[in-house]
Amino acid sequence: MARYLLQRAFSLGLTLLIATLVIFVVLDIVPGDPASFMMGLNADPQTLAQLRHELGLDLPAWQRYFIWLGSLAGGDLGISYTYRVPVSELIVERLSVSLPLTLMATALSLVIAIPLGVFAAARRGRFSDAAVVGATQLGVAIPNFWFALLLVFVFATTLHWFSAGGFPGWDEGTGHALQALVLPTIALALPQAAILTRVTRSALIETLGEDFVRTARSKGLSEARSLRRHALRNALIPVLTILGLQFTFLLAGAIIVENVFYLPGLGRLVLQAITQRDLIVVQGVVIVLVAAAVTVTFLVEIAYMIADPRVRVGRT
Amino acid sequence: MARHLLTLLAACFALAACGQPAAQSNAARIGIVLEPPNLDPTAGAAAAIDEVVYANVFEGLTRIDEHGDVLPALALSWDISPDRLTYTFHLRQGARFHDGTTFDASDVKFSLDRARAPDSVNAQKSLFEPIATVDAVNPSTVKVTLSRPTNDFLFNMGWGDAVIVAPESAAKNATIPIGTGPFRFSRWLKGTQIELAKNPDYWGTPAKLDKVVFLVIPDPAAAYAALLAGDVDSFPNFPAPELLPQIAGDPRFAIAIGTTEGETILAINNARPPFNDIRVRQAISHAINRRALIDAVGMGYGTPIGSHFPPHNRAYIDLTGRYPFDPNKARALLKDAGRASDISATLKLPPPPYARRGGEIIAAELRAVGINVKIENIEWAQWLDQVFTNGNFDLTIVSHTEPMDIGIYARDGYYFHYAKPEFKALMAALDRAATDQERTKLLRDAQRMLAEDAVNAFLYQLPKIGVWNARLHGQWVNSPVQANDMTAAYWSEK
Repeated sequence: MARYLLQRAFSLGLTLLIATLVIFVVLDIVPGDPASFMMGLNADPQTLAQLRHELGLDLPAWQRYFIWLGSLAGGDLGISYTYRVPVSELIVERLSVSLPLTLMATALSLVIAIPLGVFAAARRGRFSDAAVVGATQLGVAIPNFWFALLLVFVFATTLHWFSAGGFPGWDEGTGHALQALVLPTIALALPQAAILTRVTRSALIETLGEDFVRTARSKGLSEARSLRRHALRNALIPVLTILGLQFTFLLAGAIIVENVFYLPGLGRLVLQAITQRDLIVVQGVVIVLVAAAVTVTFLVEIAYMIADPRVRVGRT
Repeated sequence: MARHLLTLLAACFALAACGQPAAQSNAARIGIVLEPPNLDPTAGAAAAIDEVVYANVFEGLTRIDEHGDVLPALALSWDISPDRLTYTFHLRQGARFHDGTTFDASDVKFSLDRARAPDSVNAQKSLFEPIATVDAVNPSTVKVTLSRPTNDFLFNMGWGDAVIVAPESAAKNATIPIGTGPFRFSRWLKGTQIELAKNPDYWGTPAKLDKVVFLVIPDPAAAYAALLAGDVDSFPNFPAPELLPQIAGDPRFAIAIGTTEGETILAINNARPPFNDIRVRQAISHAINRRALIDAVGMGYGTPIGSHFPPHNRAYIDLTGRYPFDPNKARALLKDAGRASDISATLKLPPPPYARRGGEIIAAELRAVGINVKIENIEWAQWLDQVFTNGNFDLTIVSHTEPMDIGIYARDGYYFHYAKPEFKALMAALDRAATDQERTKLLRDAQRMLAEDAVNAFLYQLPKIGVWNARLHGQWVNSPVQANDMTAAYWSEK
């Protein structure tokens, strides 16, 4: 077990190192110069050269890569070209919105999807199952920006229960901050819940056909109990996989919903940084996201081991 | 477990719905489309910087008002020598920066010298280029000597890029702006909002609002929703003109259509064949239906232009009749040039809707007269790199928003490659012109020359579409400089 964890930690580190190189090379190839973006249409070449020098952009690419890698090793992500503040500060600010939002949306989609998936699987082939399948079909098909706009229209502009968007910051009180995240959470969670429900349902139906469930049933366990005790646990693997993917996706992929609710999330930071060619910010965010993705994958694998002893045995 | 969580969530929802904050009494919440990258107007070209801090936080020697007129600001008055080379500015006394340091002549000298220094990163460094020396004669007098007479000098000193900063705080203005204005910076929640608070120690007429919050809302649909939900009091530049008819019927809101300094043009690479042939350029000008373009792109808002000059300026002449929409004439001109149907061109379009939407229409119109146009959508950073810096383009659409920028046509190597010697001579004469009359005549000659040469296809003047709460008064209708001057804004009772 310990050896396995050590192995995983090593490959995690290697993945990150390779990622830094790939990110740097890709961004260095992209045309566009942050200095000319900042200085606009009237800047003279001398001013541009001066700014590029101040930002360290006049150094050769390999030198900039090692400077970046060096400071990265020390936990320093550098200073944003346009904002002129530390990148880590920007990312932490944005994570204080994106992380709670992602966690809440994931929790909400789980709360909806698991019971609904179990319910549909238990009644497979009947009318209520068809209804659930139909509803999830709709949930997958509806574009989430449209759903977000619908929520704004109903709960903000018509009923005035919530603000149409924005984020007051955590300093203004947890209540206000959470309130600003309610509609975005719902907008993000429902499409994810639809997918998760379908996965849960189909995984469960497949497991219900397995020998060990039949054995449990023939042992005298009721259908509901055998489903909960035996089948669900075994059906969790695909569900966990999807959940892990969804979590990392939502961290920065919530950008469309962030735009509708004008939330200062990680997705919008990346988009803004890309358009302004604030490459050091893009590098920083992407490396943090890679780290998050790798970590989540790692956690999901551990969850596999807990959910399914066969994985544990197979690996050690 | 699931059931408990669901109950908890429902409780949160109910709680959150009740926790709606009460509306701020004497604050105004202003929606802006782009977040400023930083808050130092002397170190960046982004219009969003001035939209937050100009006149509100920072002040210059002069300031520009809603009508484009030059008013005294930190300079109470000035004397100009007969040769128009020496400007003696008499400064306000008793003005203080927001950190408590006093404002005097040394701050003016520091600011102007900093902007024109070799290591300056001022985006409009050319504004300061005519300055030879800056002397602080005494704490309340500054003498600025120019190397050549410069007509727009007082106007130029009113730009956001020429604001007066203090040596103690200048380096940190990007994140903590310290100026002399009627509002002081209070906080910036990156990605969402910037807050200014009334400066109780202001030297002049105090602000009427206690607080101004700038909310960053890039999405047009979100902007509309925020307005309807009452989360935003004003959009000085409303990003969704197509929704104006819906707002117009609502008595809660006022709509104000004004002018800007944004000449929207179809820029042509004059150095590249076949566009170096004046007949080809004239054909392009004849092929475009400006009115239809304005209707489709700006929902009918916008004024057609026939040269690179804003219609609200006193020296403006209407040259829109020079190239009326006439596809047959365009075809004839192309035939005359021997290029009846074999021209292929790439139209590079930056992201704003005027370019992307307008580009589709113009491409269709040019194809109709036999120019085979291929559209290429690019980002701003790519546009700056390919089109602006390297001149690698045939055609592009862009709005030139800098005030009084007709002089760009005299610049060597400027991206559309005009710089005709006769035009350069006109611009040089303009700087030497002593009277307003002479000046107006020269500006009109310049407009005519650009139209005659069909340097670019001049399309329309970008409108300023303001939408705000009908009880919020005192905001700019026009924007001669890109700013949201909130210094005179106030709420009325009803």
